[in-house]
Amino acid sequence: MADRPQDFDILIVGGGPAGMAAASAAAGAGTIGIVDDNPNLGGQIWRGQSFAVEQKNAAAAMYRRVQQAGVTHLPRLRVLDAPRPGTLLAESEAESYELRYRKLVLATGARERFLPFPGWTLRNVMGAGGLQAMVKSGLPIPGKRVVVAGSGPLLLAVAAYLHEQGAQVVSICEQSSFARLAKFSFGLLGDPRRLAQGVGYRMQLRRTPYRTGWWPIAARGTRHIESVVLSDGHRTQEVPCDYLACGFHLVPNIELPTLLGCELLHGFVRVDEQRQTSVPGIYCAGEPTGIGGLEQAILEGEIAGLVCSGRTEALRPLLQKKKKFGKFADRLARAFALRPELRGLANAETILCRCEDVSFGDVRKHSSWRAAKLHTRCGMGPCQGRICGAATEFLFGWNADSVRPPIFPMRFGTMVGRGCTQENKLQER
Amino acid sequence: MHKPDRPAIRILINGKTLDAPAGCTVAVALAIADEACRTSVQQQERGPLCAMGICYECRVTVDGVPHRLACQTICAAGMEIQTNG
Repeated sequence: MADRPQDFDILIVGGGPAGMAAASAAAGAGTIGIVDDNPNLGGQIWRGQSFAVEQKNAAAAMYRRVQQAGVTHLPRLRVLDAPRPGTLLAESEAESYELRYRKLVLATGARERFLPFPGWTLRNVMGAGGLQAMVKSGLPIPGKRVVVAGSGPLLLAVAAYLHEQGAQVVSICEQSSFARLAKFSFGLLGDPRRLAQGVGYRMQLRRTPYRTGWWPIAARGTRHIESVVLSDGHRTQEVPCDYLACGFHLVPNIELPTLLGCELLHGFVRVDEQRQTSVPGIYCAGEPTGIGGLEQAILEGEIAGLVCSGRTEALRPLLQKKKKFGKFADRLARAFALRPELRGLANAETILCRCEDVSFGDVRKHSSWRAAKLHTRCGMGPCQGRICGAATEFLFGWNADSVRPPIFPMRFGTMVGRGCTQENKLQER
Repeated sequence: MHKPDRPAIRILINGKTLDAPAGCTVAVALAIADEACRTSVQQQERGPLCAMGICYECRVTVDGVPHRLACQTICAAGMEIQTNG
């Protein structure tokens, strides 16, 4: 591979829409880098999109802008630590690198929230975005029976995508009530593009039952899922399926911002209008500052990119546009708030921490996340509590501990400093 | 609306040959081969959950390197994948 500089005027963590928008908006302001753990740019939402020249979609247009900006893309690198101010430690499958920056944009995105229910560890029970990512990565889905369940606007988007790819979407179950969703949809009347998107998904899926106030209570099968039991709290229904695509809205990836000392507000990174976090020189855009979706993430990325490059004169129209989004993230959170019944899906034997196979019953005996970790190893496995921690936050109201490095599992070689950054190492890649 | 079939590349999963669609991830190749990614502490078979590099359920050994995330690794011709590593 070509030489890769390791000093950046502006370094962006996360190559999704927010990170790409930040990079393209900062064009011309010195050396710009995007570091991301995936093989390709695009993040989750633009995963598997063709960036070929003939493509006319928004993703390809953004990709071209990033290319034209002369941005250095550092793929397959996971940021693990911030050993000194202005320096991040990152690791590939074979090497570790120090990346230095003057300004940092955090565009780390979000992940799905998963909740435990009997059978959720069976194979082919996946996240809604998870199954979509698998299909975008080549999983053959034509003819497969899929139940999409959980919560959030992602469900409908995933169901529409899977249907388009030839899946037989058997049922879509949104745990939120019809009343809450109706209120939310009414609010979209002032937002024609989002409304049209939602209506479009429903038209594509007009033969698929979309049920509000229903949720999964168990997955059944021997090795793989063979059926899912759905409930509205009174009735239950068992539906045979090949896949259950199930996520309960999104949680922000705030581990790196927290490690860097960025202040949080209600679980999200606190930023000012110009995307500045509480740490000077560190900016944040997209889902870590509030789950607001694609268009908002792009806009916030652009604002961060312009501010980083000192082009504040171009900001005004963007800030005005941002104001128009209003409190979309808050409205989403209200519309898709999780119902209390979901706290009672797991039984004592249900696995809660998948890394360490710790049961719901064993975790429930403890009074805090910390106590549960110390006594049961819950949250001590390689995901570092990203899956079970988001669940226990909802189930028990627990807050995670402070974030400590490394924020992802680290190779031993990196830990002892061998194979740690030499400038020529980057150039060898 | 289905994508045209992608050309296949040949990989090895636990010593068995699989012709996987070019450009697919190791997680997808394992799903096509109907192989679990790992066996859990309580000996349960596990496959991908998040498919985006967070949950670590899909970790496998790729070309002798353990703990690689199958969902973030693209298949390459001749790649050797070992599960339950």
